[in-house]
Amino acid sequence: MEALTPNTIPRGGQDTAKAPKRKRKGGFWSTVLQQKYLYLMSLPFVIWVFVFSYLPLWGWTMAFQNYKPARSFSEQKWVGFKYFHELFQDDRFYLVLRNTLAMSFMGLILGFVVPIFFAILLNELRGMFFKRFVQTVSYLPHFVSWVVVAGIITKMLSIDGGAVNQILMALHLTDEPIQFMAKGSWFWYIVTGSDVWKETGWNTIIYLAAITGIDPELYEASRVDGASRWRQMWHITLPGIRSTISVLLIMSIGHLISIGFEKQFLLGNNLVSDYSEVLDLYALNYGLNMGRFSYGTAIGIFNSVVSIILLFTANGIFKKITKESIM
Amino acid sequence: MPNKAFNATRSDKIFDICNTIFMVIVLIVTLYPFLNVLAISLNDSIDTVRGGITIWPRAFTFENYKTIFAYDTLLQGLKISILRTIVGTLLGLLSASMLAYTLSRPDFQARKFVSTFLAMTMYFSGGLIPGYILMRDLNLIGTFWVYVLPGLVSAFNVFIVRSFIDGLPYALQESAKLDGANDFTVYWRIILPLCKPVLATIALFLAVGQWNAWFDTYLYNGSNGTWTTLQYELMKVLQSTQQGGGAINANDMAKQMAQISPESIKMAITIVVTVPILIVYPFLQKYFVSGMTLGAVKS
Repeated sequence: MEALTPNTIPRGGQDTAKAPKRKRKGGFWSTVLQQKYLYLMSLPFVIWVFVFSYLPLWGWTMAFQNYKPARSFSEQKWVGFKYFHELFQDDRFYLVLRNTLAMSFMGLILGFVVPIFFAILLNELRGMFFKRFVQTVSYLPHFVSWVVVAGIITKMLSIDGGAVNQILMALHLTDEPIQFMAKGSWFWYIVTGSDVWKETGWNTIIYLAAITGIDPELYEASRVDGASRWRQMWHITLPGIRSTISVLLIMSIGHLISIGFEKQFLLGNNLVSDYSEVLDLYALNYGLNMGRFSYGTAIGIFNSVVSIILLFTANGIFKKITKESIM
Repeated sequence: MPNKAFNATRSDKIFDICNTIFMVIVLIVTLYPFLNVLAISLNDSIDTVRGGITIWPRAFTFENYKTIFAYDTLLQGLKISILRTIVGTLLGLLSASMLAYTLSRPDFQARKFVSTFLAMTMYFSGGLIPGYILMRDLNLIGTFWVYVLPGLVSAFNVFIVRSFIDGLPYALQESAKLDGANDFTVYWRIILPLCKPVLATIALFLAVGQWNAWFDTYLYNGSNGTWTTLQYELMKVLQSTQQGGGAINANDMAKQMAQISPESIKMAITIVVTVPILIVYPFLQKYFVSGMTLGAVKS
């Protein structure tokens, strides 16, 4: 790719003799002129990205001000770390942090391990048609919105006629229906379970692609040596997708704390709010909805900073172990 | 060692059987909830209250659907949902393919800068409140554009298309250049038609994202019936009976619609929201699988 330097590509018609002479540095503006269409095609979007992705970062200054929406930026009163102090002294904050970390770790472990096993088992299926069918069906919930999934999960777990309670009662595991949605202690498991239900199939795609890259001769050779299917999975398939696994692990560690709040918002209710409220939801309820913009922004900053630290730590450890970096 | 070989095949057989049974359970666990919701939505509302509907309606009726489609807010939501899906997808495709093309040109001067500038956005975000303030300052709150504009450029999509274009033979562009075509013509006439498969992939991602979005409606247009969306209406209906206190919506709607129970209404709306996805999805499967793999290899 890099062999195609500017000089080897004829630009702007026949006059290619001039291009090599001009060299890169000297002709900055003339190159701009020559590439005007490329600039016209990318610059508007760069400005776009600046406005909608970078400009909000400027809003972080709000966390250090006593922000009043009516005043202009120069009229705001700076208060330093006041809102961070307030945040760290709020008991609710630690509760919310606990919920966030608990649900992220559960989500990380299950959302990471289950797809690997599912992909390996899918790969072992003999019938091509059946395999395709299972794949198609398992990707399906990924495309359905969390609103719908939350509705379905609530329905399945409901006390009157929910499938889960009916099965539990038919198996005599419980005498009366369990109120899953009303018990705080169940909430983390329900969220993690819904996530597994929704995303497992989808998350296998990358692993399945990695598995197809494994040399089939390895399997043949091991078969000649009399290796069982379990041994093949353990000694060929798993090591074969090791690098994919580690890259995806680092990426999910980076997103550990920013788990979003859709699930918690939609599945939670007043009865379980001590277990369902996560950082973003806390920022929404105690920041935005109460008009405390500065406080809410401080929560958001805390969230981002922790994410970035986690990502760099994970990447650093990964680099030490494998001498590779994903960033 | 015939004995060992025999053991291996027998254990293989047991493994195959267990694996197949496991997959069948996965299929049931995935499909049953959808079929159950569908059956209830097609079942007579009074009959549903008796319980016991599994995957087949006991007293078949279209009455639930007739009722919800008589509800104006829902129709408005449907209209806006369709509109935002179309507009958001088209604009998203245009931005991703244009940017991807410029980034695929090795001679493009600002390539490195643009690519880094974009990639950075995948690692941070300003967060909820700064985003809200920005929308307010741009006067986008209470408008349709708040659904489309903020997410118009997605770095992830750009990189997927870029790696696809990188895989195309460069000679095609060169010959067009020799014929005097400018960069935009090359993009429009040569690159874009060749990108159909990858564009189908990201069109699916964009369309599903737009169709499924509800939080932007909640945040920016929650009190504004004109720009309500189907997902948001469903969210309100589902939440209303879950949160004991704020039980306004489904019950309200149910009262207004006389004989229909909130349960049936919820299920019917759920199906209306889900069906468009179920229809397009099997056709696009081969595209999104390749698209996902492309994106993963690159990032």
